[in-house]
Amino acid sequence: MDETEQKDTEDNAPSVIDRYYTRWYRADMKGKPCEDHCILQHSNRLCVVTLAETHPILHNGRTIKSINYQISDGCSRLKNKVSGKSKRGGQFLTDFAPLCRISCTDETEYTIYSCIRGRLLEVNERILETPSLLLEKPSTEGYIAVILPKFEESKSITENLLNREDFESVVSKRSVAESQPS
Amino acid sequence: MLPLKEKDKAIVQKLLSSGCCARCVLRFCCVRLQAVYRQPPQGTLGELQDFIKPQESAESTGENKSHDAPVPPQTPQCADPPSKRAKLEPSQPEEGAAETVPSVCVVCLGILQELCDTTQALKIAEAVKMEKYEFDSLVLSVSLPAQLCVREHSCWLHVKKEVREKGLLLDKDDVIPLKEAFKWIVQGPIAKELGGVSVVTKSALEVAVEFTHQPTDADCHFLASACPDCFKPTKNKQSVFTRMAVVKALEKISDAKFLRLFACPPPQPSSCCVPQGVHCLHLSVFIAGRYNKFCRSLPQTPWVIDGERRMESSVEELIAAPVLSAFRADGFNFSSSGREDVDVRTLGNGRPFAMELLNPHRARLNHEEMKQLQQSINVSSDKIRVRDLQIVSREAMSRMKEGEEEKTKSYTALIWTRKPIKSEDIAFISDIKELTLDQKTPLRVLHRRALAVRQRVVHSMNVRFMDAHHFHLELKTQAGTYIKEFVHGDFGRTKPNLCELLKTDTDILELDVEVRHKKKVCV
Repeated sequence: MDETEQKDTEDNAPSVIDRYYTRWYRADMKGKPCEDHCILQHSNRLCVVTLAETHPILHNGRTIKSINYQISDGCSRLKNKVSGKSKRGGQFLTDFAPLCRISCTDETEYTIYSCIRGRLLEVNERILETPSLLLEKPSTEGYIAVILPKFEESKSITENLLNREDFESVVSKRSVAESQPS
Repeated sequence: MLPLKEKDKAIVQKLLSSGCCARCVLRFCCVRLQAVYRQPPQGTLGELQDFIKPQESAESTGENKSHDAPVPPQTPQCADPPSKRAKLEPSQPEEGAAETVPSVCVVCLGILQELCDTTQALKIAEAVKMEKYEFDSLVLSVSLPAQLCVREHSCWLHVKKEVREKGLLLDKDDVIPLKEAFKWIVQGPIAKELGGVSVVTKSALEVAVEFTHQPTDADCHFLASACPDCFKPTKNKQSVFTRMAVVKALEKISDAKFLRLFACPPPQPSSCCVPQGVHCLHLSVFIAGRYNKFCRSLPQTPWVIDGERRMESSVEELIAAPVLSAFRADGFNFSSSGREDVDVRTLGNGRPFAMELLNPHRARLNHEEMKQLQQSINVSSDKIRVRDLQIVSREAMSRMKEGEEEKTKSYTALIWTRKPIKSEDIAFISDIKELTLDQKTPLRVLHRRALAVRQRVVHSMNVRFMDAHHFHLELKTQAGTYIKEFVHGDFGRTKPNLCELLKTDTDILELDVEVRHKKKVCV
């Protein structure tokens, strides 16, 4: 092993996400203030749906009461089953397809949405057992779902999403608005 | 003297008058003596014509005692136009179509006429010479237009009546095949021109000669309506009328039906076949060895997306370049026992690989030359290294993949930790044995692999502390274990993982694989 190659300083070492994923954002999903979603798009076009750091669930010391993948009488995201290399059988999602509903102990409820078109590959079942994962590690172990866009659409799905820079400017405008005395 | 008997006369008569060339007549008389075919065709024609002369033209050997050589009667007694001999012949009026210029044979379309003469043989030999193969024998393969089968069948039916009447136990299969006669004629001159190579039935070098005859391509078409099940349209082949399909249809079609749909004897063509050139192909040669990869930005195979190359060069291209040159081969197929990521180095003895070299113009390298070839690969790039390079059999290619699952792999990884660590904090890792992991298909390969959970075992590990945020991790694992995912956890989809064990975020900065196999590869 080449020991002369000194890596970046501890704090700046690019993470797995930095190296392989591009962050895209959907702000104020369905018009609901601050319900921001973050889509991690891998270089192989797979997308991981996560909560953005600014999402209300992650704020004000909330605790999660329950997470429900049953989004309607006939549809549970838990029943999603894909088989084979072409991932046959996965539920096809559109931008506003709900993935799950999260209830917090303070009686607030939030719906998490797909944000992109594609085939649902898996939802994170570990957050059902350990909801704290979602609070502690929303960008990694607390992810919501993995979606595979159609090959032809892999570039176009990000057209309705904000890149990191644009998202941060949206967020900073909010803080300005909040801090301005009304 | 032609090895013909009295009973053959009627066949010879009928075929000559239908426009068959001399050699085709011999074929239908089942003459197996190769030398006869090599005689100049005009001479043979003359002999045939003499042979069928009516009895009164001094057939009796008695009148020819002056000739010791067994030659058919040279001085016809009758007043008929003299029988022609050794020269180019206008035939007798009743012999039909032949004119001052010998016409194209209705059966072979010139294949056994001018298309097998010395000039043609020399052309074939020249084409082989130009390719500069290293060889001492060759196989001659001939590709003829399918309609020749139809014409052959037609002639066969033409003489069948005669054959039956004479009580000859002659079957269509007894007729000498056109390809065979062609080879008998040309292989001698070809072999001679190529300096004494032997033309055999099985050899590493195949010389394929192709003929076409476009004007009569439609001759086969009637078979499609007569035997439709023999001609299934396939996407791959341009024409449905392959030789095999035509032969099959001819076997099925009844004589009566054939005679209704195709002329018997076959119609006179106005041109002969056209040679389509000579294609040489040498049997593949296989080489094998082991490779090391010292570069962290080199894929094993070329990385091309949408026609655009994403990363320069590749392991297989670096190895192939000097090899293709040494063996003067047209192309290659690369195969290895497992593979590593672009950013992973391959250390130790190296990963076994095998290569098939396509159409090598040089097939044999001695020990010294192989060593030099290995050296030239190693000198050409510092990104890879090759050892144990050797020529192997075809079986080696398939053995490459065998037992991939049973192997144990050794890795060394450079680990980064988010929280600061001390040597004591990581020591316990070296005590962990036979750790079973449940690995969901990593996200980085999930786009092309099925979603599944794989159980893999980490047999043992060893740590070497480096600094507060780095250490080296050595692992011995079951084949198929995703090391990177074991280290960073892959969104928690590999459990257990190093982050859990160390209770901190961890990431893998570098990875090396050391390939170790139970069996020694190749010879």
